[in-house]
Amino acid sequence: MRGARSAKWVAGAIGVALVASACGSGDDNSGSGGSGDGGGVFTVDSGEPQNPLVPTDTNEQYGALVIDNVFANLVDFDEDGELVYTAAESIERNEDGTEWTVNLRDGWTFHDGEAVTAESYVNAWNWAANISNNQKNSYWFQDIEGYDEVHPEEGEATAETMSGLEVVDETTFTIALKTPFSYYDYKLGYNPFTPLPSSFYDDPEAFGENPVGNGAYKFASWERERKITLEAYEDYQGDNAAQNDGVELVTYTNLNAAYQDLLSGNLDVIRQVDTQNLPVFKDDLGDRAISQPYMANQTIVPVFYSETWEDIDPQVLQGLSMAIDRETIVNTVMNGSVTVATGFVAPGAKGYEENAGGEVMEFDPEKAKELIDEAGGVPGNAISIQYNSDGGHEAWVTAVCNSIRQATGVECTGDAKPDFQTDLNTRDAQEVKSMYRGGWIADYPLNAAFMKELYGTGSSANTGFFSNEDVDQMFSDGDSAASLDETVAAYQDAEKELFELMPAIPLWHQQVNGGFSERVSGVTFDPSGQPVLTDVTVD
Amino acid sequence: MGRYVVRRLLQMIPVFIGATLLVFLMMYALPGDPVRALYGERSVDEAQIAAIKAELGLDLPLMQQYWNYLLGVFQGDFGTQIASRRPVMDVITQALPATIRLTVLAFLITVVLGVGMGLVAGLRRGGKTDRAILFVTLIFISVPVFVIGYAYQNFFANTLGWTTPTVRDPEAWTQLILPAMVLASLSLAYVARLTRTSIAENARADYMRTAKAKGLSRPRAVTVHLMRNSLIPVVTFLGVDIGNLMAGAIVTEGIFNVQGIGSAVYRALSFREGATVVGIVTFMIVIYLVVTLLVDLLYAVLDPRIRYA
Repeated sequence: MRGARSAKWVAGAIGVALVASACGSGDDNSGSGGSGDGGGVFTVDSGEPQNPLVPTDTNEQYGALVIDNVFANLVDFDEDGELVYTAAESIERNEDGTEWTVNLRDGWTFHDGEAVTAESYVNAWNWAANISNNQKNSYWFQDIEGYDEVHPEEGEATAETMSGLEVVDETTFTIALKTPFSYYDYKLGYNPFTPLPSSFYDDPEAFGENPVGNGAYKFASWERERKITLEAYEDYQGDNAAQNDGVELVTYTNLNAAYQDLLSGNLDVIRQVDTQNLPVFKDDLGDRAISQPYMANQTIVPVFYSETWEDIDPQVLQGLSMAIDRETIVNTVMNGSVTVATGFVAPGAKGYEENAGGEVMEFDPEKAKELIDEAGGVPGNAISIQYNSDGGHEAWVTAVCNSIRQATGVECTGDAKPDFQTDLNTRDAQEVKSMYRGGWIADYPLNAAFMKELYGTGSSANTGFFSNEDVDQMFSDGDSAASLDETVAAYQDAEKELFELMPAIPLWHQQVNGGFSERVSGVTFDPSGQPVLTDVTVD
Repeated sequence: MGRYVVRRLLQMIPVFIGATLLVFLMMYALPGDPVRALYGERSVDEAQIAAIKAELGLDLPLMQQYWNYLLGVFQGDFGTQIASRRPVMDVITQALPATIRLTVLAFLITVVLGVGMGLVAGLRRGGKTDRAILFVTLIFISVPVFVIGYAYQNFFANTLGWTTPTVRDPEAWTQLILPAMVLASLSLAYVARLTRTSIAENARADYMRTAKAKGLSRPRAVTVHLMRNSLIPVVTFLGVDIGNLMAGAIVTEGIFNVQGIGSAVYRALSFREGATVVGIVTFMIVIYLVVTLLVDLLYAVLDPRIRYA
């Protein structure tokens, strides 16, 4: 994935926005050739999941592709970022957004036949939030009341369950939150918020190799390092039932190998074309090529603990932003594989505003120089951009630097770290010299997801250490707003404010550059960049 | 002979300990924390990270971690992967067979084709066949392996359609032929050239004239006398080359998507899965040591003048 190698490791994509086209499932599913051990089965390129296949322990894209399809989320999202209820019948909030009531749909079962009840959810969340169960996504439950007892900062858990979760009846449960959270239902669309069957607790380890979920696909088999097979679940109750008989997720360590397989008809869906084939894949595949942005962005982030940026006038950063010729870089160096950003929020998220950044995001070398000179220039007249050299970032970092140098005369260099681990390490240790390459994938398609965790004071993903009281206030106003529309509006105001303060310089949004073979149709990608498997039909 | 073998086997123990320690220290010296990295660029949960580390014993001092690792190894436990919580032994036994199959196949191709071409070229030194073989081997030596790999993949799989571009089932030998040919190409060229020189030189040796004078048929003189004498340097090369083939397999595995040791060690490295890297590297070292021992023993068979006490 060009420009987002880091994303590979961190991309715990959000729930599939199963844009349920809900058409009749009487399709002719007689497949042929290739992978077939039965009609209607198709293949998708993937990789070996890094973690056990438990929803609360999966936060990278390969595992997420399995979890997204084996488990059904409470809610999913459509292409405009609007909520679509999947396993939930409705999710209601109280006035200030501190208490949420989830009503489940009737008649749902796990793949082993057990009924999905409110308890299946509550028990699963309590188990996952408990610090001793070592779930990577445990912090997703941190807004719930009583989380601190099961997941203390230090030491053992002092309670088994979170006091904020309460089962009302068979299909209803309530969630009490510590603080107002006006868009908690958006959070509920992420896959840690799924139920687990009671068989899970007997042997979580075995479950991680053979998960039993409530989703449109049943987990069939896992041939380690080779492929994972999913079968359509016949008793699936949701609107987004599978239009095919099943899918094989084939492990590739080399994206070019996957592309070659696609060309020769051995692979049906490719999620990302590798760098070397990007210039030709549209010619090769014709209308079977897919390019669409998903909810992720690439930014360069100044570290506010450094001498250069400590007391900087934001106008300097605005100037630097205007010195970058994004359009040209995207079309030449990046081969059009990403979408030029005009704001912090990616298109497709609710609350996305076109040209949110206004002229700050436009290339204007003269204005750029003027702004910088007027504000006293960059201290030392030099900046550097830290990046990991194992992710294919070098080319664009060099191009961005050239653009800045030519437009403003500010000396700009790339600061290469050998791999992503080293890059992260430097950020954690607060040893970034000037700026770093920031990649972010939003967890749910709402404008807040692009701002709060990155630029709120003390947020753990805020490794540039930007801090501004007004912005924090705007965020918390948004979080406690009386309706979702007000939340969105509050964050839209915050986005404008951020362009005055420049906690980061947005560059572009990541894009799916994928394709599919001649034997499948109906291939689409969701806002998190994952293919919508249920909609694929095999011809 | 027996004592020699025992001595060589005993020598492997310090090599084993030294190698694991060295790789262990190197993994530790690399920047980056495998548990922290599980969170990538997302929000970080310090308390959970500490809990995971405590469970895996990653919060202990380095030497204690190494001591625990060694204790485990001698009980057949190579540790557990941090992210997947799979036993490292599973990962190794999963990946190793594919690489060994690929290496063996490439080795066979190297021996059969390399020695064969070298023999033909050496016997007809200066002829057209000789020149053709020299030219072909020159190409193999000068063109990087990955170029040959992509070229073969494109030509044999995409253009001719004789095989699939990638290996779907590493247990199917037929699918492994193409990658094995790529992997073997460089060694094959060296072996061919080495054999050619050696054969060409020995073909004019006194013992060959004697063999001819005492009326031995040419095929017998070549196979029994000439080959046996000429193959000693080739065998030396082949012994060392097994290691190169296994290391080179990493590139070839990538091109043809073989899920072998190469991809396993690469992934383990990028995730800083220390135990996995140490385990795999140790396994490869042991295999290498065993093969070198076998090659050394083979000398004695080829050349009776060499004796091992």
